[in-house]
Amino acid sequence: MRELSRLAVLGAGHVGPVIARLAVKAGYRVDIATSGDPEDIALIAELVIPGAQPRWASDAVADADIVVLAIPLHRFLDVDPALLDGKLVVDAMNYWPASDGVLSAFEDGGSSDVVARRLAGTALVKALNHIGYHELEDRARPAGAADRRAAGVAGDDPAAVAMIAGLVDRIGYDPVRLESLRAGRVLQPGGPVFGVVLTLPEFERAVRQDAGSLA
Amino acid sequence: MTYTFGLDTFGDRNSDADGKPLSHAQTIRNVVEEGVFAEQAGVDFFGIGEHHTEYFPMPAGDVVLAAIAARTGRIRLGSAVTVLSSDDPVRVFQRYSTLNAISGGRAEVILGRGSSIESFPLFGYDLADYEELFEDTESGPFPAWIGVGGNPQSVIRAARLGFSLMLAIIGGPPARFAAYSELFQRALEKFGRPPLPVGVHSPGHVAATDEQAKAEFWPRWREIITLIAPERGFALPTEESFDTETGPHGALYVGSPETVARKIASNLRVLEATRFDLKYGMPGLTHDQLMTNIELYGGQVIPRARELLS
Repeated sequence: MRELSRLAVLGAGHVGPVIARLAVKAGYRVDIATSGDPEDIALIAELVIPGAQPRWASDAVADADIVVLAIPLHRFLDVDPALLDGKLVVDAMNYWPASDGVLSAFEDGGSSDVVARRLAGTALVKALNHIGYHELEDRARPAGAADRRAAGVAGDDPAAVAMIAGLVDRIGYDPVRLESLRAGRVLQPGGPVFGVVLTLPEFERAVRQDAGSLA
Repeated sequence: MTYTFGLDTFGDRNSDADGKPLSHAQTIRNVVEEGVFAEQAGVDFFGIGEHHTEYFPMPAGDVVLAAIAARTGRIRLGSAVTVLSSDDPVRVFQRYSTLNAISGGRAEVILGRGSSIESFPLFGYDLADYEELFEDTESGPFPAWIGVGGNPQSVIRAARLGFSLMLAIIGGPPARFAAYSELFQRALEKFGRPPLPVGVHSPGHVAATDEQAKAEFWPRWREIITLIAPERGFALPTEESFDTETGPHGALYVGSPETVARKIASNLRVLEATRFDLKYGMPGLTHDQLMTNIELYGGQVIPRARELLS
């Protein structure tokens, strides 16, 4: 398998910079972009995400092996799906009615199911959404560390899931593959592993008890 | 360097000594007493964060601040925080302008997450444009802060609009926010603005000894975080995580006056901040415990922190 080395992180809010920092540290070449001018986030990149390049979203996506969506879900509806066509995309977003407002499209079922339908031209994988941004960096550990924690990876394309499992592993978590995007609902708010940072056995137990959805 | 020390509350519901919850109305009256007492204890600022829940019965903090304003003469009074998106920003501005008039110019606002960007300029210093909103500008414009919990774009926004920066640090090592403080000052330079203060808002509890403070705070903290964790994405607290958070590199200021003062001084230095607001109280603590907290914070923590910082 070709080494995936270039990441585009879309979103420079709470979550994007944390994922970007972890990826820089793991040796990825990281671009970060918002919906606007990269100049607007130049200082953020310099001081908060050293090593990441601020770019226009279209340029960052064009050069990326993996695109991470880390924008508020209500802003996702403004993203042109064509921008992401043909890409391997990580959905790190969550549906939070308290901050997104009630979005009727996301009221039932899994938020990533809706995202996947909108981004039909991509290989979509749900990951990095269920550990709080304030925890994600502090809890990352190298492979084999005794106190390493687990993180879920869910998608309908096994090859894409395997590639994102590789990303999760490199940035500091034991990846747990879920058999489908639908099964990835256990990762979203209200699910059994959302907001709790678990070891691999704890994670697998929690998911199995919830749905029997482990691959 | 001038340092300012405040107390914030969310109107955390009090219990009596037997653990029985007091009424919402009694909790609100207790907050008035606590605000008045904070001035007597030597605290510089008293802030109320608006909440609308069973555990935080504080739907109209500005009304409570007005009651405190009428009984005090020095302490500054403000929101902590105001969420503009769930209110009419013009009315919020008018109510805090009214508080500013009642208190003789002691009002402040801290605008929080969810605030709509369009309404921020209302609270800026180009008040002239808004004189028709409130004609009596005798007290002048009041200080406005933007509360930031981890979104660097909010830091840039505060700098662009010329607001002060309040870092809301409620978990993890405070030192990681040092980059935000630098980002804020660099962004102010970029926008051609003079330097503005950085503040820190963090939860805590002060009692006579470290052991007593932790014993009082821990069960209440565990209860409330466990309750809100699922919807906010917080990890569930354990005794181990609580020890880390109350230790020298954590976000909670729980302990004796000396422990809390040292932690405040050390973090203000690291974060190049000149303002500290302790979010005191937790649902289920008693009014007496909160009054003791306020007395120790004003009488011992603040003077000791000033001494350590000088």
